[in-house]
Amino acid sequence: MLNPHPGLPEFTYVKPASLDEACSFLAEHAGEARLISGGTDLLVRMRDKAYKPAYIVDIKGLDGTDVLTFDPKSGLKVGAAVPMNRMASHPDVQKYYPLLAKAANSVASYQIRNRATIVGNICNASPAGDTLGACLVLGGRLHIYGTDGERFEDLVNFFKGPGKTTLRPGEIVTAVSFPLPEKGAKGAYIKLGRNKLSDLAIVGVTAYGFPDKKTESGFRFIVALASVAATPLMPPAVETILAEKKITEETIAEAATAAMDACSPIDDVRGSATYRKDMVRNLTRNAISDVWGQLQS
Amino acid sequence: MQTISITIIVNGKAISLRCAANQTLLDVLRDELGLTGAKDGCGGEGECGACTVIMNGKAVNSCMVFAGQADGANIETIEGLARGEELHPLQKAFIDAGAIQCGFCTPGAIMSAKALLDQNTSPTEEEIKEALSGNLCRCTGYKKMIEAIKIAARGGSANDR
Repeated sequence: MLNPHPGLPEFTYVKPASLDEACSFLAEHAGEARLISGGTDLLVRMRDKAYKPAYIVDIKGLDGTDVLTFDPKSGLKVGAAVPMNRMASHPDVQKYYPLLAKAANSVASYQIRNRATIVGNICNASPAGDTLGACLVLGGRLHIYGTDGERFEDLVNFFKGPGKTTLRPGEIVTAVSFPLPEKGAKGAYIKLGRNKLSDLAIVGVTAYGFPDKKTESGFRFIVALASVAATPLMPPAVETILAEKKITEETIAEAATAAMDACSPIDDVRGSATYRKDMVRNLTRNAISDVWGQLQS
Repeated sequence: MQTISITIIVNGKAISLRCAANQTLLDVLRDELGLTGAKDGCGGEGECGACTVIMNGKAVNSCMVFAGQADGANIETIEGLARGEELHPLQKAFIDAGAIQCGFCTPGAIMSAKALLDQNTSPTEEEIKEALSGNLCRCTGYKKMIEAIKIAARGGSANDR
């Protein structure tokens, strides 16, 4: 057989009419049902037999989840069914959240991004997820709907391990929202893949910085690291160094070393742990320098 | 095995059919409708783009869409481009620019290009490269494809490039 990949396992396809119906079904069939929105990650995992759900629950577009809204006072809300390309090409996203657009545009290929969603990227909770760093540094907050109604959760508390989140059976993330970005904020995302396009990150570094009168340095920086630990990492030491010391090449190098020391990557097919640590230091230095350059220009 | 009923509009024609729930849009097009232009090159991983079709105006990997997700969608495939014997300008431009060798990736590449030109009649080279970013080619390479798309966008032939 030419095709080395297995076919898709059998399942029952369920298309609920409302979020309530979807949540009830997911709660009743906890452990044997998986929800699908864009499906770009789910199909691959099902072909690899990593997932064998008895039920696929299609929530695409339910109850306004395909809506993106921006309010100049309160910020951005991206519904769970909004494809990455639609989000990244939205004029308000490009103007106010260019880092989010850049991170989304680094995911896989153009066709994939016509189906893949940012909420899906978040819920898959892969440590390599390209958009997670941008969502974290921008203060993302999840809108979660369940059988007990709606709750909110800050993204920073959401990830518990590879593929593991705080979501309970029957809960669905319906949107991710972001406050207005800090005044004068600049960001950078550097992704190291085996090729320029289409690959998962060996290491991904997101840096975000803005003027802050409350710090010694006059600035605040937040750095998020992908593919270097069981969950996306935001090393506090990096923030502290760049808040407390005058920003110079040496301080940036010191912060980059702190980022390297904070991570605990694994060896895998895409790179060794040692290589990843070195790359975290180098790319963190580059990302912070990039943001620092933007802040001064 | 669960079978589901779906209706899809394929190249302007509404088609209702029953298929297995675990069939993809690519399976439906190829195995149920006999439209074999879209190809499976990577085993359904969304890596190669040979299965690219246009779904509701957007280029998608049809190997990554479950049949049920395509219910009610408007699908365009390579088979819908020519008008009788008259090739679509993109098909003609791919031939004129020499952008075809083995042809396996061509239907997918042309559908990616069509989705782009439908939205943007005068794309930059960067925009063309972005639109083709999910279409792998292992013999012709990409330069001639980019050239072909530029020719089609200009509505001209290879001779007046």
